[in-house]
Amino acid sequence: MSFEPNLVGFLCNWCSYTGADLAGTARVKYPPNLKVIRVMCSGRVDPNFILDALARGADGVLVCGCHPGDCHYVEGNYKCQRRLPITRMLVGEMGIDPRRVRLEWVSASEGVRFGEVVSEFTEEIRSLGPLALQEWAFDPAAADAQLAHQGGEHA
Amino acid sequence: MPKVNITVDGRPIEVEEGSYVLQAAEALGIDIPTLCFFKYVKPYAACRICVVEARDKRGRTRMVTACNYPASEGIEILTRTPRVMAARRLNLEMLMSRCASMPVLTALAGKLGIDQPRWGTGTDTCILCGLCVRVCDEIVGAQALGFASRGIDRFVTTPFEVDSDACILCGACAALCPTGHIRMEEAGGRDVVHSEITLGPNAAIAVPFRQAVPNAPRIDPDFCVHFRTGGCKVCAAVCPKECISHDDVERFEDLEVGTVVLATGYQDFDPTPMKQYGYGRLPNVITSMEFERMNNAAGSTGGKILMENGKEPGAIAILHCIGSRDQNAHPYCSRVCCMYALKFAHLVKEKTSAEVYQLYIDLRAFGKGYEEFFHRILEEGVNVIRGKGAEIVRGGKEYPEGTLLVRCEDTLAAKFREIPVDMVVLCTALEANHDAKDVARRFGISVGADGWFIERHPKLGPVSTTTDGVFLAGVCQSPKDIPDAVAQGSGAAAQAMSLMIRGEVEMDGAYAVIDDEVCSGCRLCNDLCPYSAIGFDETKKTSSVNPALCKACGTCAAGCPSGAIRALHFADEQIYAEIEGILS
Ligand SMILES: Cc1cc2nc3c(=O)[nH]c(=O)nc-3n(C[C@H](O)[C@H](O)[C@H](O)COP(=O)(O)OP(=O)(O)OC[C@H]3O[C@@H](n4cnc5c(N)ncnc54)[C@H](O)[C@@H]3O)c2cc1C
Ligand code: SF4
Ligand code: SF4
Ligand code: FES
Ligand code: FES
Repeated sequence: MSFEPNLVGFLCNWCSYTGADLAGTARVKYPPNLKVIRVMCSGRVDPNFILDALARGADGVLVCGCHPGDCHYVEGNYKCQRRLPITRMLVGEMGIDPRRVRLEWVSASEGVRFGEVVSEFTEEIRSLGPLALQEWAFDPAAADAQLAHQGGEHA
Repeated sequence: MPKVNITVDGRPIEVEEGSYVLQAAEALGIDIPTLCFFKYVKPYAACRICVVEARDKRGRTRMVTACNYPASEGIEILTRTPRVMAARRLNLEMLMSRCASMPVLTALAGKLGIDQPRWGTGTDTCILCGLCVRVCDEIVGAQALGFASRGIDRFVTTPFEVDSDACILCGACAALCPTGHIRMEEAGGRDVVHSEITLGPNAAIAVPFRQAVPNAPRIDPDFCVHFRTGGCKVCAAVCPKECISHDDVERFEDLEVGTVVLATGYQDFDPTPMKQYGYGRLPNVITSMEFERMNNAAGSTGGKILMENGKEPGAIAILHCIGSRDQNAHPYCSRVCCMYALKFAHLVKEKTSAEVYQLYIDLRAFGKGYEEFFHRILEEGVNVIRGKGAEIVRGGKEYPEGTLLVRCEDTLAAKFREIPVDMVVLCTALEANHDAKDVARRFGISVGADGWFIERHPKLGPVSTTTDGVFLAGVCQSPKDIPDAVAQGSGAAAQAMSLMIRGEVEMDGAYAVIDDEVCSGCRLCNDLCPYSAIGFDETKKTSSVNPALCKACGTCAAGCPSGAIRALHFADEQIYAEIEGILS
């Protein structure tokens, strides 16, 4: 059986969640791998949420917010836009391919685009394979030894 | 001014000393004919039609011109004595020896009983009343007209008898000229030009159109003489309520409101880029909005359906779906065009004897009574052709001058057609206003891919939006006709009312709370909040959230390095539990 990625999505309430809703009412087809968590704004996405999802077995995390300038809370998506690259660096440091964490802008009218984003992300993670986090990932000493040995997932 | 008592035809009246006798007569409702008098310029006494007899206190009578004879204590004015009538006849006969055929003069001649003017009938058209010269000088301030020569050679002209730059084409002279000697079309060469069809007459001061809200005249500084010469202001002199101000300027006002209904409508699709239809290039190819204005009784043609040459067309083609249902323009159906196109056909049939061709992709007569209306226009003999108008070209030599050929594929008859017509109406799409995105952003709502505002829910929330207190009405939400727009507007108003009547707003339970036991006082959150809802307590050295200002975005909770902020309903542990639930 082929690998089915387990994906977590954080969608802002006003644009992306509504866009995902539209994808549903418009009967847009996309893979069922993404499990959605609604937050009020992409600015609510604490990097810890992303790390927690990865630690609990997610193969990838997708954050979606309103397009720049359209955030319902004026600038929450800008905050997110600055936090996400740092989060990606951080997961990279941990030996996780940063492509497993992605930020996309999806407006309330972009139901079709939401479907495309999910399809594409699912395919990308499928090609990256399962995120094989080892017990060592949570034990600094073991992690150092393992990294020295493996050179990290994406080395 | 001291008052004086005079009588006119035996009727006493008190008037200001020095005011003109003509005004006293007017106040008493006594008619004195005039030709060279206009209330707002100085009297000139050129025509001498207004002669009356004035008898002073000593009983001496004189023939005077009423328009410039000042009232003084005790004078008696007689306006209808045989002597007065004879003098008026004489004066008119002398004017007629110069220009006899002018309607104002012949009408007056009829009234005064002149059959055959004694000194013959001249063919000139100017009676030298000087109204034009005086209005241009005294009111307009352009001084573009004057008298030249003397005696019987006298005539009105521009300086040095050449076309004058001093003339600002205001038309005041032509409007006042009693004989029609001065005409504007000579200067402007104006005709019915479709591109000039505007939402009202090109007047300097006018109600822009009959249904305008507010229904009050406004001054158009591009046409108003005052803004070009600093003169005129006749409107201000005429207005009895002193409403007119030439100093008023546009100003911005801030209104404090609790609810907002957005009803910003649509703009018309511009068919110019669709070269195949020749809009702006071919004569008599007009848009539906231009046709609509032409049919308006207050429009530029007074409601008549006319071509650019001022003649009635013999055949009209009405092309549906220009810019709608078109992958190269707007993919959506504009919804109102089919029905107004049928209305247009009905109007043409009612007002002219023209043939009408409707070229449609599909006829969408979905509303109450609409299908019935379609059958009615079929009975009126309108030609309906299922096929989208593909192209408009000029007819060749075999057709009368100005013929347009409309090409289309008649998909019911399965043949190509070329229909010769005189006029084409393009039923252009309704499209979202160019600034719809800015407006949406301002009110914190969203626009769809086509630019229409997005309602909260397509079925369950069709008039509200994702921002509390902001409602939608009309085409700004999606194309719709007037009944639908009114229905949605009523719904929006009712929802807004129900919010306002309550007088208080129910807050969402979702807002952020800071645990001051945990807060380290780093103040990072203070700057993160886009609504400045977080304050800092200098004594406790901790931050706290004002729940009335907090909009619950959660940005602060995500940013707090101490984990001191709880975004209620979206608290960390709730989200962690969700993650856990999803991934277990
Ligand atoms: C040629 C033509 C013929 C039609 N004939 C018919 C017909 O016979 N019967 C029928 O039922 N329907 C007809 N319609 C449709 C009809 O015009 C619309 O249904 C109707 O105008 C919709 O009303 P509305 O209030 O939503 O928008 P609009 O009529 O467009 O009104 C919107 C108003 O908002 C103003 N506005 C825009 N932006 C702002 C802003 N930012 N701030 C403040 N004000 C703003 C605009 O100036 C405008 O006055 C026709 C349409 C066309 C194009
Ligand atoms: S058109 Fe106007 S400016 Fe020109 S001559 Fe007449 S009143 Fe004067
Ligand atoms: S001031 Fe008044 S009357 Fe004079 S041109 Fe302007 S609008 Fe007309
Ligand atoms: S509300 Fe969508 S990103 Fe802020
Ligand atoms: S009106 Fe008085 S002289 Fe012409």
